[in-house]
Amino acid sequence: MSEKTDKTEQQRLSVFKTYKLYVGGKFPRSESGRVYEVTDSKGKWLANAPLSSRKDARDAVVAARKAFGGWSGATAYNRGQILYRVAEMLEGRRDQFVREVADAEGLSKSKAAAVVDAAIDRWVWYAGWTDKIAQVVGGGNPVAGPFFNLSTPEPTGVVTVLAPQESSFLGLVSVIAPVIATGNTVVVIASEKSPLPALSLGEVLATSDLPGGVVNVLSGKTAEIAAPLAAHQDVNAIDLAGADDVLAKELEIAAADNLKRVVRPQAVDYSRTPGIERLTAFLETKTVWHPTGALGASGSSY
Amino acid sequence: MPTTAPALGDVTASDSTLRRFLHGLPGVDTVGLEARAASLGTRSIKTTAKAYAIDLAISMVDLTTLEGADTPGKVRALGAKAVHPDPTDRTTPSTAAVCVYPDMVATAKDAVAGSGVKVASVATAFPAGRAALDVKLADVRDAVAAGADEIDMVIDRGAFLAGKYMKVYDEITAVKEACGTSARLKVIFETGELSTYDNIRRASWLGMLAGADFIKTSTGKVAVNATPANTLLMLEAVRDFRAQTGVQVGVKPAGGIRTTKDAIKFLVLVNETAGADWLDNHWFRFGASSLLNDLLMQRQKLATGRYSGPDYVTVD
Repeated sequence: MSEKTDKTEQQRLSVFKTYKLYVGGKFPRSESGRVYEVTDSKGKWLANAPLSSRKDARDAVVAARKAFGGWSGATAYNRGQILYRVAEMLEGRRDQFVREVADAEGLSKSKAAAVVDAAIDRWVWYAGWTDKIAQVVGGGNPVAGPFFNLSTPEPTGVVTVLAPQESSFLGLVSVIAPVIATGNTVVVIASEKSPLPALSLGEVLATSDLPGGVVNVLSGKTAEIAAPLAAHQDVNAIDLAGADDVLAKELEIAAADNLKRVVRPQAVDYSRTPGIERLTAFLETKTVWHPTGALGASGSSY
Repeated sequence: MPTTAPALGDVTASDSTLRRFLHGLPGVDTVGLEARAASLGTRSIKTTAKAYAIDLAISMVDLTTLEGADTPGKVRALGAKAVHPDPTDRTTPSTAAVCVYPDMVATAKDAVAGSGVKVASVATAFPAGRAALDVKLADVRDAVAAGADEIDMVIDRGAFLAGKYMKVYDEITAVKEACGTSARLKVIFETGELSTYDNIRRASWLGMLAGADFIKTSTGKVAVNATPANTLLMLEAVRDFRAQTGVQVGVKPAGGIRTTKDAIKFLVLVNETAGADWLDNHWFRFGASSLLNDLLMQRQKLATGRYSGPDYVTVD
């Protein structure tokens, strides 16, 4: 942390923050006990972050699976309310995120503030989508028979997300908000170089009505944590946003084993309005046939 | 432990001698017991040792369903799972037994026929044990007649806590007689209701004196079930009992053991306390249902190198 050494504060001892993982609504250290040094864009030490192991990844999947039933079963309206609440909490800690983003990405205070504002606005934008996506991608289908035929989008399940490496906060929000907005639960691997905004986001999520386990934040070496998650049989999808080409290929092969949905890495400008691709990427369409009722004498049930 | 081995024959001669013997057992060092159980739980069991422990634990599971809602279909499904816990990998060992209520014994017997998997039945007005002796014995005979290989009886905790040790002793011997030669008898103490470790030690000796083939922690129907500490205590009892009488008695922790890690901790307790002689499903069992799925997922992880999930084991 960039501790200011004002004259007034000189008498105080510095209170360093211990950054911890966010798994299942709790803040554990890495099971392995390991940490690694996180530096700012100029190489100055900022803090130690947990260096997660594959067992942390396994525990996160268990937590995400446990949370899936409740979160996917919550009404879309309720999910929207909770996500909006997250945005409210982010707003309250805006200064902290501005500082962390400025350190992590080497931005000026004003540029970092713009990034954080964009991230909060994006969170609100996705909160609004929770009860609208079904109307856009679902609907009634015309069929040749006395049936209602309805298609509705359903969440895929537990989604692993490799957060973008460069955009440590706006990019992070842009990849996890759409995943949970539709009712999935997520295990996110924070940017390897700048994990601090992601770990702080965990603290925001813990205080904003979001059930524990819906979002699980891991920090550490992306390749080390992603490999067991890509092969994990209880993970339903993986977003490779933060993987380089070589890693993405390996993970895609591992993910094929249980037919995970895979979103390949692509060049994205996270400062632009995202569209709904990431919302629909982790949806499955359920189609239901329902009889309209017995046919009357006229040959129609209406 | 008392060192006067020949005297053991006399301790059950009357209520007062039995009481004197049980109350003469050394008191349990609670702090020491729990510290010992906790320290044995810190052993790291990896790779080939872990694979061995998982297969051993699977072979020790008494796959249990004791619900009011048990149907013949559910019992058949459970039997099939006991015989082939993981149908995708035939090298997986069968479980030791299936454990059901007496009226389901015949169904269970059919389901595991020819596989070597035993059928255990709870009896004696399980789980409360609050019924007349005649009723309890009829319950046992019923289960034995239906073909049960093992009977899990509950002791009368009320009588035990009231100090009527002879009544408990007589009841166990009567049930043992009703089991005949064909069925092994497991005696459940419901350790969660016995309040103190001293009582658990007394109950263990009482059960073994009365002829139990197995001593079992609990029914799984109360808040506190098998813990490492009370299982350790019972393992010490069977070890000392064999040293004194030459008779080996089995131990079955039941209830609350849900993960592979827990199960392996119990196996370490067995090996370090009673010894390798007990590392066999003839002498040690786990009373469990959800444990088996976790063991199977860990087994799949070891075999394939990737984490498995609950979609790849049967739901029961």
